[in-house]
Amino acid sequence: MSTAIKDTQKMIEEVLDAYPEKAKKDRAKHLAANDPTGQCSTCQVKSNIKSRPGVMTVRGCAYAGAKGVVWGPVKDQLTISHGPVGCGQYSWWSRRNYYNGQTGVDTFGTMHITTDFQEKDIVYGGDKGLDAALHELKELFPLAKGVGFLSECPVGLIGDDIEAVSKKAEKEFKIPIVPVRCEGFWGVSQSLGHHIANDTIRDYVMGKGALEKTTPYDVALIGDYNIGGDAWASRKILEEMGLRVIAQWTGDASVNELGIAHKAKLNLIHCYRSMNYICRHMEEQYGVPWTEFNFFGPTKIYESIRKIASHFDDKIKENAEKMIEKYKPMMDEVVAEFRPGLEGKKVMLYVGGLRPRHTIGAYEDLGMEVVASGYEFGHNDDYKRTYPEMKEGAVIMDDATLYELEEFTRRLKPDMVGSGIKEKYSYHKMGVPFRQMHSWDYSGPYHGFDGFPVFARDMDMTVNSPTWGLIRKKK
Amino acid sequence: MRQIAIYGKGGIGKSTTTQNTVAGLSEAGYKCMIVGCDPKADATRLILHAKAQATVMDMARERGTVEDLEIDEVLLQGFSGIKCAESGGPEPGVGGAGRGVITAINFLEENGAYSDDLDFVFYDVLGDVVCGGFAMPIREGKAKEIYIVTSGEMMAMYAANNISRGILKYAQSGGVRLGGLICNSRKTDKEYGLISELAKKLGTQMIHFVPRDNQVQRAELRRMTVIEYSPEHQQADEYRALAKKIAENKNLVIPTPLSMDELDALLMEFGILENEVAA
Repeated sequence: MSTAIKDTQKMIEEVLDAYPEKAKKDRAKHLAANDPTGQCSTCQVKSNIKSRPGVMTVRGCAYAGAKGVVWGPVKDQLTISHGPVGCGQYSWWSRRNYYNGQTGVDTFGTMHITTDFQEKDIVYGGDKGLDAALHELKELFPLAKGVGFLSECPVGLIGDDIEAVSKKAEKEFKIPIVPVRCEGFWGVSQSLGHHIANDTIRDYVMGKGALEKTTPYDVALIGDYNIGGDAWASRKILEEMGLRVIAQWTGDASVNELGIAHKAKLNLIHCYRSMNYICRHMEEQYGVPWTEFNFFGPTKIYESIRKIASHFDDKIKENAEKMIEKYKPMMDEVVAEFRPGLEGKKVMLYVGGLRPRHTIGAYEDLGMEVVASGYEFGHNDDYKRTYPEMKEGAVIMDDATLYELEEFTRRLKPDMVGSGIKEKYSYHKMGVPFRQMHSWDYSGPYHGFDGFPVFARDMDMTVNSPTWGLIRKKK
Repeated sequence: MRQIAIYGKGGIGKSTTTQNTVAGLSEAGYKCMIVGCDPKADATRLILHAKAQATVMDMARERGTVEDLEIDEVLLQGFSGIKCAESGGPEPGVGGAGRGVITAINFLEENGAYSDDLDFVFYDVLGDVVCGGFAMPIREGKAKEIYIVTSGEMMAMYAANNISRGILKYAQSGGVRLGGLICNSRKTDKEYGLISELAKKLGTQMIHFVPRDNQVQRAELRRMTVIEYSPEHQQADEYRALAKKIAENKNLVIPTPLSMDELDALLMEFGILENEVAA
């Protein structure tokens, strides 16, 4: 075992020392020193396990995964938060999934629709209210192409039959009416919500869309939620390669796109965690192969463009090379501008989905090093994909607690931390440069050739802002 | 004011027994109120001579919220000035009726239904305490006294024992006590002895053995208690006796529920399981 790993392990032990015995034993399984080779048996973290009560996890719930991540961005669907008002209110367009369309007419992304449960709905059940809401909504918004019922906890507790409401309404309206059983008490994190949402796409929408013709270059862009315009930046690359993006899931997606993705020649998956389920289904059911890619930072973009092109003919391969040739000078220029100010800076990441590993390359393009990274709700397969991306001895964290995040920050002294809104302000108070890496801190896009200059600028702006020096820091 | 909750297996005769007993108490000069805690809302039918009165939850549903209700709309007076309220709730298979019980009782409390002149409040709760809401009457120091209606039928006894377990839980955290078993006779073998023995094992008493009499059904058909329908009938005297015993009861205990084996042993002792064992 190398000294780098040993040193990190020692530091982790010191951090864990503050816990009572049982909590310490439990949390020790979720923290590790990285071994990129995967040979060190103690360097693997356990994941996707119920959080320990009392440690202040930053995880979300199944509803957050199903509504906030997967279904929420579908633009021409009426997404009803079924239950009391809070869940819908606090997940109201919080992920900044951009879309084209006329809100309130043919698209509904920024709207907050809820059945607003009252006590009488708990006692008498909410099905009738849901049905009434559905009819009102269809009258108000006749151009809606689908409706989703995103169940909040009480719906599951009282055992409402939302599937029956859906069945009846589908006959009447002839559009997909999707009952999503994503009550927050299922599973250990938002991750199960993604899976549940994937399953409902499979059961209620897949195969129901119309696509006039197919071409040999049809692809579906899966697991890109168009945060700050990400999916548009990704789509541009694919189209310039000569591919035809028939569906974009679910950033700026239409219900029809959900219904035709299985006709693609290849599924391109960006956020593996939230949409691998449906890709596997399309592979088994329709024989559509899928491949992962990474559009963060030029190095990974070039790699991914070549990887995607390898699935197609020479024309696409040639286009790919031409594109890289075309964009490389622009990317080099960005690197030349920002790298000097960022060279050698250390980054700590604690995010969800794909970012803990996918953004590493982009940071490295700017000369920065990710010294710690972790997932709120990653599974074993996410960590397996992460170990090789990180240096030996880097800290790997699963379902980290606020205490651990703060302690690692004190010890590793990163020049920048990238995490979520719940962590943001405690870092601000610590005087540590911070970026909200769930929704790009109201910026973006970060994907693709369009995104990298924004990413580089934002990181520079964060790390090198003089503000941090003016904050009185606790000793 | 003594608050009393009546529990027991579904269909055992809780509502009938409660209403007849309350009629007896009222006749003896006590001021009484019955709070029905069952979505079926049939706990006050014999007192009000009508079913489907305006229940708290049904009215709240109609108006929007429970705050829009007036107490007079849901608290009615029936035979002999007995006050009656029903929590109400959904038809079977939907919603969460337990929540309705909580809401209804809170509403009645906040709006002065529990007036100082009352001597007794009876809660008539549906058969099986399926969720927290149905334990509401014995939580938070409301009903401190519980009577379980049972018979010599095995399942009724199992239920009585099971309810005792629930009482034990709330007895430890609050002040609720078991006042006794009311045997509503089904004319099963050795019923009197069996229920007396079960009561003893539970650490309580069989407070009264109500014999089976079709006069109860005849009165029910006319939506009346026996005491109102035929005050001179011997069955009316039985309910008067039960009412008197409850009024005078000082024997309130924390129950000692039986294990399944003990319960089976009891049944065997009384020869009910003997054929099965021989087989």
